[in-house]
Amino acid sequence: MPKRTDIKRILLIGSGPIIIGQACEFDYSGSQACKALKEEGYEVILVNSNPATIMTDPDMADKIYIEPLIAEIVAKIIEKERPDALLPTLGGQTALNITTQLYEMGILDKFKVKLIGANYYAIKKAEDRELFKKSMEKIGLKVPKSGIAHNLKEAEEVAKKIGFPVIIRPAYTLGGTGSSIAYNIEEFREYAEVGLKASLISEILIEQSLYGWKEYELEVMRDLKDNVVIICSIENFDPMGVHTGDSITVAPVQTLTDKEYQNMRDAAIKIIREIGVETGGSNIQFAVNPENGEMVVIEMNPRVSRSSALASKATGFPIAKIATKLAIGYTLDEIPNDITKKTPACFEPTIDYCVVKIPKFNFEKFPGSLPYLSTSMKSVGEVMAIGRTFKEALQKALRSLEENFFGLEDINLKMELEDGLRIPNPYRVFYIKKAIKEGKTIDEIYNLCKIDKWFLSNIKEIVDFEKEIEKFKNREIDYETMKKAKELGFSDRQIGKIVGKSEIEIRNLRKRYGIEVDYKCVDTCAAEFIAYTPYYYSTYEHPEVIKLE
Amino acid sequence: MKGYLVIEDGTIYKGNTFGAKGEKFGELIFNTSMTGYQEIIYDPSYKGQIVVMTYPLIGNYGVNSEDIESYKIHLEGFVVKEKSKIYSNWRAEKSIEQLFEENGIIGIEDVDTRRITEIIRDKGAQKAGIFTGENDPKEMLEKVRKSPSIVGVDLVKYTIREEPYWWKKEGKYKVVVIDCGVKYNILRLLSKYDLKVIVYPATTPYEEIIKENPDGILLSNGPGDPEPLKYIIKNVSNLVERYPIFGICLGHQILGQVFGGKTYKLKFGHHGANHPVKDLKTGKIYITVQNHGFCVDINTIKDPDIEMTHINLNDYTLEGIEHRKLPVFSVQFHPENAPGPRDAEYLFKKFYRNIENAKKD
Repeated sequence: MPKRTDIKRILLIGSGPIIIGQACEFDYSGSQACKALKEEGYEVILVNSNPATIMTDPDMADKIYIEPLIAEIVAKIIEKERPDALLPTLGGQTALNITTQLYEMGILDKFKVKLIGANYYAIKKAEDRELFKKSMEKIGLKVPKSGIAHNLKEAEEVAKKIGFPVIIRPAYTLGGTGSSIAYNIEEFREYAEVGLKASLISEILIEQSLYGWKEYELEVMRDLKDNVVIICSIENFDPMGVHTGDSITVAPVQTLTDKEYQNMRDAAIKIIREIGVETGGSNIQFAVNPENGEMVVIEMNPRVSRSSALASKATGFPIAKIATKLAIGYTLDEIPNDITKKTPACFEPTIDYCVVKIPKFNFEKFPGSLPYLSTSMKSVGEVMAIGRTFKEALQKALRSLEENFFGLEDINLKMELEDGLRIPNPYRVFYIKKAIKEGKTIDEIYNLCKIDKWFLSNIKEIVDFEKEIEKFKNREIDYETMKKAKELGFSDRQIGKIVGKSEIEIRNLRKRYGIEVDYKCVDTCAAEFIAYTPYYYSTYEHPEVIKLE
Repeated sequence: MKGYLVIEDGTIYKGNTFGAKGEKFGELIFNTSMTGYQEIIYDPSYKGQIVVMTYPLIGNYGVNSEDIESYKIHLEGFVVKEKSKIYSNWRAEKSIEQLFEENGIIGIEDVDTRRITEIIRDKGAQKAGIFTGENDPKEMLEKVRKSPSIVGVDLVKYTIREEPYWWKKEGKYKVVVIDCGVKYNILRLLSKYDLKVIVYPATTPYEEIIKENPDGILLSNGPGDPEPLKYIIKNVSNLVERYPIFGICLGHQILGQVFGGKTYKLKFGHHGANHPVKDLKTGKIYITVQNHGFCVDINTIKDPDIEMTHINLNDYTLEGIEHRKLPVFSVQFHPENAPGPRDAEYLFKKFYRNIENAKKD
């Protein structure tokens, strides 16, 4: 399908000031959208209150309004500019919220502004918990079980239906009395009573606890012809209970068989169709019970999300740019893959490396805030690293945090070991290391943190190899050990610290051995096609090769 | 145990082997699926081939007894960047290492699978060998270069079971699956319909198939070069006007030849789970699973009743044909997936409808 010619002027809403959970990701997506729209010859009207964004540079849009992101203000801009369409899906939650308000105020109807990307009903269906739950049930997918109760008797009935453990959340509390988790009926009675009292309207929400379940995300794209592709799959290192933005995440999924992955893929396709996101990207989150594989849908973002930036850079597939082109009527087969040039964008990227994202926290800047992680996001940023193995990518990502550790080192830890494993916190990966060094088994560690044993085993390989390196304390490391250390993601500085040498000494020795960094490329296709505009990541990979004629 | 991957072009990688010991030869190709190594290991179409997985971390979720695709493992060797030290999944029963040990398969890890993929991409599918233990490089290369090519060879006869067998005995209609190296998921998906499913080796003369009195025939996937399979082509020529037929992969290449088409070898083939295929009738695009080294040249099919129905959007090769008058169609990709997206499963429904309609007439 060719691009739409019934629209000429398109309004784009940015995401406003940087806040936790909504940072530069949406400047990235919005800027991509501006570029893509201008490339196609549309007039772009942009509104964003944040001057420190690339999208508000004068040449990014035709008209730029630096104004508060409030529906009433955007309404005035619409009245003045009379755009033909509004693209609401690239400016984070802020843009989506304003769009629903504008619709409900009747502004979009009044000035005949078409919504492109996602319509009002799709946004509502994805955002409203009840509507979302109903939609999922309609297509045969499960959501976490839940129910509302107003007294203890009702509460017990709900809890029995759901099965323990359950989470109890009081509705409308003063000062925000937190939720609690009950593992049996005795605990439940106690917490439910407290919760009912704490609630101003004597109401509690009782929810199935997904404690210890594995968490996954899929980035999905759809075009006007109903072609749907999955751009990236992501597996969370931390199990359910930690906000995705605060969790270490890994792409692609590591511990699902193809059958299980395809079940998730099928579910994601059904969801984007049922919710009715017509074009563009969506992010869908799932939880999987590690005991039996039971899968539930956690939520869906009917827009380009925080994870989309990660997924774009992890795969080489520019989600925001393609989402924009789909919104103006192109179909996936009409858009070329920028990197391979010869193949189209209607495919699913395949990668031949492992990507690790680690969130960055700044608890010291917020006195009084506890460095524990939960379901509300606290990280202020994130780093991504690419390696040929999870081990290499993890150590590279840890270095990138710029917190004065240069890989999975021994650092000062404040909590008791078991608490550090059990309670989600920014340094949990270091507690895991400590536990391994102290001789705890993978099973013991798993029982405390519920982080998949595959991840734990990989961390153990790093820790175990540190002991191998240690054997070279104050003598020259041999070639094999150096090679292996580099492949496991150890930095020269980190190796130096272990054996009591300086970074430069290790570096010189490594160079003498001819162990040099290799740059491999992110090309969307695992080298199947020639890449014209790839980008690169460093890796150490030094298998012995013989070349004969 | 140390060992070598030796490639025809003279590149020899030293790595660590796992599973069985000895030496194995085959055509080196790469598969770009990120999940589904178990199904790939069991896929009979890999007879004669050594498979390089482009995804570097393999074995993470172990193997189980549910996701098998054949009665045994047929591939010649398996090349990975890193075999997982442990497996973690609620369905896992053993590691790929154990699986290989039990089945006499050799795997090799700690080699640069991306570089190897680039060699195959640039030079085409290569002859290769995996050798365990210490060996002389020159001797190994000599052996690899002397090993048989898969071109012009009938590999079907090495993969199929000799006797017919029932897969499902209850059903309204009866489908005979002509087994050229059938993947179990084809049989599983047929079984979802009201069909009896009986599997006959591709070597069965057509007279016997007719005696079975089927309501439809499925021509299965299978390994290698379709050109030398004259006996299957002859059989199918004698069945094509009698029954609804659905051909998959090698089955499609057989059908293409029945209608006068020629096949040719692709440079390194299509092996992966992310190939976009367009249905030319509806304009819809499906993400398909592919595993073939040969292809039917549509321009060589002169029969005016044959219509091109599907094309590959990566390289515009032929992906599907259909007869305008007979209920006969085939696709080059794998609608049975396993591993990979299930987008194209609708074709099984189409086959079932063809059978129903044929019965009504």
